[in-house]
Amino acid sequence: MQWRERKGMLQAQEDKNRRLYLCQCVTEHRGSLRLEAGHGKNHKDAASVRAAHPIPAACGIYYFEVKIVSKGRDGYMGIGLSAQGVNMNRLPGWDKHSYGYHGDDGHSFCSSGTGQPYGPTFTTGDVIGCCVNLINNTCFYTKNGHSLGVAFTDLPPNLYPTVGLQTPGEIVDANFGQHPFVFDIEDYMSEWRAKIHSMIARFPVGERLGEWQAVLHNMVSSYLVHHGYCATAMAFARTTETIIQEEQSSIKNRQRIQKLVLAGRLGEAIDATQELYPGLLERNPNLLFMLKCRQFVEMVNGTDSEVRCFGTRSPKSQNSYPSSPSLSPRHGATNPHLHTTDSPTCSNGVTSKNKSNSKYPGVSSASSSSSSSPSSVNYSESNSTDSTKSQAHSGTSNQETSDSEMEIEAEHYTNGLADASSARIVNGTYKHEEILQTDGHGLGNGLAEDGSTSRQLCGGNLAATERMIQFGRELQALNEQLCRDYGKNPTHKKMLQDAFSLLAYADPWNCPVGQQLDPTQRESICSALNSAILESQNLPKQPPLMLALAQANECVQLMARVRAGSCSFARIDSFLH
Amino acid sequence: MACMLEAPLRISVLSEVTATSRHYVDRLFDPDPQKVLQGVIDMKNAVIGNNKQKANLIVLGAVPRLLYLLQQPSSSLELRTECAVVLGSLAMGTENNIKSLVDCHIIPALLQGLLCQDLCFIEACLRCLRTVFISPVTPVQLLYPDPTVIPHLMSLLSRSQRTQEYITQIFSHCCKTPEHQTILYNHGAIQNIAPLLNSPSYKVQMQALKCFSVLAYENAQVSMTLVNVLVDGELLSQVFVRMMQRDRPIEMQLTAAKCLTYMCRAGAIRTDDTCIVLKTLPCLVRMCSKERLLEERVEGAETLAYLMEPDVELQRIASVTDHLVAMLADYFKYPSSVSAIADIKRLDHDLKHAHELRQAAFKLYASLGANDEDVRKKITETENMMDRIVSGLSESSIKVRLAAVRCLHSLSRSVQQLRTSFHDHAVWKPLMKLLQNAPDEVLVMASSTLCNLLLEFSPSKEPILESGVIELLCSLTQSDSPALRVNGIWALMNMAFQADQKVKVEIVRALGTEQLFRLLSDPDANVLMKTLGLLRNLLSTRPHIDQIMSSHGKQIMQAVTLILEGEHSIEVKEQTLCILANIADGNTAKELIMTNDDMLQKIKSYMGHSNVKLQLAATFCVSNLIWNEEDGSQERQDKLREMGFVDILHKLTQASDPSLCDSLFLLSSRAKTAMQQYLA
Repeated sequence: MQWRERKGMLQAQEDKNRRLYLCQCVTEHRGSLRLEAGHGKNHKDAASVRAAHPIPAACGIYYFEVKIVSKGRDGYMGIGLSAQGVNMNRLPGWDKHSYGYHGDDGHSFCSSGTGQPYGPTFTTGDVIGCCVNLINNTCFYTKNGHSLGVAFTDLPPNLYPTVGLQTPGEIVDANFGQHPFVFDIEDYMSEWRAKIHSMIARFPVGERLGEWQAVLHNMVSSYLVHHGYCATAMAFARTTETIIQEEQSSIKNRQRIQKLVLAGRLGEAIDATQELYPGLLERNPNLLFMLKCRQFVEMVNGTDSEVRCFGTRSPKSQNSYPSSPSLSPRHGATNPHLHTTDSPTCSNGVTSKNKSNSKYPGVSSASSSSSSSPSSVNYSESNSTDSTKSQAHSGTSNQETSDSEMEIEAEHYTNGLADASSARIVNGTYKHEEILQTDGHGLGNGLAEDGSTSRQLCGGNLAATERMIQFGRELQALNEQLCRDYGKNPTHKKMLQDAFSLLAYADPWNCPVGQQLDPTQRESICSALNSAILESQNLPKQPPLMLALAQANECVQLMARVRAGSCSFARIDSFLH
Repeated sequence: MACMLEAPLRISVLSEVTATSRHYVDRLFDPDPQKVLQGVIDMKNAVIGNNKQKANLIVLGAVPRLLYLLQQPSSSLELRTECAVVLGSLAMGTENNIKSLVDCHIIPALLQGLLCQDLCFIEACLRCLRTVFISPVTPVQLLYPDPTVIPHLMSLLSRSQRTQEYITQIFSHCCKTPEHQTILYNHGAIQNIAPLLNSPSYKVQMQALKCFSVLAYENAQVSMTLVNVLVDGELLSQVFVRMMQRDRPIEMQLTAAKCLTYMCRAGAIRTDDTCIVLKTLPCLVRMCSKERLLEERVEGAETLAYLMEPDVELQRIASVTDHLVAMLADYFKYPSSVSAIADIKRLDHDLKHAHELRQAAFKLYASLGANDEDVRKKITETENMMDRIVSGLSESSIKVRLAAVRCLHSLSRSVQQLRTSFHDHAVWKPLMKLLQNAPDEVLVMASSTLCNLLLEFSPSKEPILESGVIELLCSLTQSDSPALRVNGIWALMNMAFQADQKVKVEIVRALGTEQLFRLLSDPDANVLMKTLGLLRNLLSTRPHIDQIMSSHGKQIMQAVTLILEGEHSIEVKEQTLCILANIADGNTAKELIMTNDDMLQKIKSYMGHSNVKLQLAATFCVSNLIWNEEDGSQERQDKLREMGFVDILHKLTQASDPSLCDSLFLLSSRAKTAMQQYLA
């Protein structure tokens, strides 16, 4: 929060001629910045030193302290602030856009040669602090830890901390936070934090109080509906008498699909989507690709129905992708975990592995009352930032692995997968070639002998493994098809590469790319699919609650840009707990 | 027509109300306990928030019946609980309701009820007790007659958050005297209540905090114990410091600051401790700021005044903290001209607090300016300060008058202010008026201020003399209060300093020798000192000495003998010897000493006293007696030589050399001057 001056960032005044006889110098003394005056005689010999950077408005409250090591001959010292371009051959306060508190008379100087009685005088041994409050644009000083009261009001922006000395022997040490302050600035800041929080909490929402209540209800309700917490949403709507726009069956459908995705049964999820929302995936080839990639991962995991219950029909291969791809929503990665209380448990045992249930224990009971809903928002918020980060990360790493390799790699997979049993993958660095060689006799067995884990590739079923290989080829074909139709897509390539890499390891669950197998990784794709479905139904792809949150975040950032100091005490996350 | 219709209608409504009220009371007497219970529950719902209904039920005698049901062992627990709830609700009404409840002996009945095991019932009883005890009309001593009550309340503290809240609230309202503090202290109040400061409930925290503030007030025993108490491994003073953090509720900051202030004043915390200097003091200064509510500003200023009263360093710090001196000037701006026009409610509120604000500001100014000249200067330079004090001296509210005169007294310690602003604003006028008939506490302050105004360099001295102050001061010396006697005689002493013969005679006449000698045997050493001082001032220039001694010489010599023979402090004896020296300076008065061999022997012995000051005074006396230029000096010198004074003087000139301390040097040179009288 507080802007801290790094050591060595004070600029001594640049006028070299003057420095010859002023000899004002800046040194470092036990971590403090030490200023010493030279041989000044009268006010013409004064010189100021100011910080290299102005005080940033967004810091809210800025504070620094100066210890008077020696008052020198007359103790004509000034501590204060000045704007850029102010004459540095004078004490702070004497010139326009310059403000100072002087030690010899204790007066404050507000851009004027004549001071106003302000505080006590200060001399050797005193510690003088200067606090700039950028919320109300005032400044007060402290002496030996005691606040002296407001000295200046209506301060302009972009002021620099400034210290001026005049007579010989004056020495001061500046502390920009390297050492503990004498004045309890944290306490002062806590007061302003509390002030701003209560200001926000008591912000009038207009006379139409009922309407405000309704808006809040709608926010909560739409959030619940969005994530398919059908029973909770219905209960909420009943008690608050709000109307849910989407039909209950539609919510249930989405809920069903989400559950399938979260259970790792991607094949079924794709089927269900195609059945319930025909044409949706055809219009979103990127989404389909993501789903299929995930399906491949789940096959490795042994959770996808295609490998679990052998003999189910394979998804139809897609040949045409007429519409343009859509991006996944920014806030998509909310926590669409399964709601144990309002849903029948999934038939297969996978749900027990679903970490999201235990990961957000508070949320499952949320949502019946509006007061507890912010907690769920908080989780989803942190979640989404995580996902954006990881997206960004994968984006960069993708670029790093870079274009030059791209051609060769494509070959790898084609070869490796097309001829898995015979097995030579071009450059033999990958360990998995060995495994793939032997697996003609039974991959599952070989892995079981490894013994490091009870989990087995494709559930240890040979036929399933073959199905997986087959599916991999289809996926590869799909990628090539997409490349042809829409041009190269590095994200897709990375996705595919990561997924296929799983086969390279004896124990995919404990390998560098093994994180993909974690059930929590299903959440982002789940919300992407959910958003796509909602969008296709002309419903908002993001819940209004998340939009409001994003907007508030944006506003706080905007405040920082327009120098509204209060923004530093208006952090959104401090309200979400 | 409408009016005519309305009147009977209102009557019928009234009678209807009484009728339904009676119905409620009647149901309490139903033989079926179930119906009684339902009746009480209905009554509960009927009285909530309805003061009229409450008054009706009390008038109709519901209280004794409810108390009977509450105490009856045969009543079901539910019924007893509901009765307690209804009684609690009745207590929430007007002060008259409380009075009726107390008259029905509700307190012992409810205290008895606390012996029950059921928590709900206990809580209902406590809630009702709390409401009764926090009312100003309830005598607090009703809590104490039964010695088992306090220990039982302590044991109930562990039952629930509600019992904690109610019990601590009862304690903090019922602890008004040092005896109450001791009772609570002896029953382990500190150990029992300290953990509640960390309670999850804000209400419990606050009540516990308030408890500590009343327990620690002017109580060294409690305060000394408090500093060593640990709450969850944290020192209590640190807990209080934490509660003063700026983001805490104002009420909590203020009460925590009060606790630390009281502990500091009781001597348990040093005034230079950081928790006082850097935390409590700034916190209290913040409470005086314009942003705070009027009540908070009053309380903050009073507490701050109390905190720094004895410590000049705290006064200096406070005087530069957050423009406190200027901030206080705002206390005089209520009701403001704006509020009068803007809205009546605000005006009413302002008016109610205006007196309190003014007296708090005066108190704080008095404390700030108690010791430091620079601070006094700063205060008198505040806008309209002297005018405000002058008008404060004649305000109707006694609290304001007292505070204003305290403030004036503080400022009157400044020589510069006495010479300038005090004279410019003729503060002596309202001060004299105040002295005419005021209660003792005001009188003490006012007369003390008057002492300073009568100092010889004060330009106000003349006009005060002319206003006939002597009679007034003389009457003060006859007061029962030692403080008033001291001030009276002190003022007379100041007045007599370098005064005209006329004034001196007037003082002696008005005071009367009888009273003067009564004061010389006053049990209060201060009074004695100032009376001697008065005598000394009266006996200053030679003609005055002779005149007074010719008329009162005998009594004065008697008194001097008495004091020199009595058990008195060095200061008193020194002062007496100085009087003797003054007498020795008179032309005719000298003879009173010279003819009194006994006295001469005394002087001789004091010249050989171990205390230099007494030696000095005695030598001074001798030197006056043998002074050459006066008639009959030769005979006196001879007489004293015979008595062996010369040897002593000689010894004194020898024994001390200039390198010794000042008074010894002075003594030897004084002795030398005396010796020279012989040599000449």
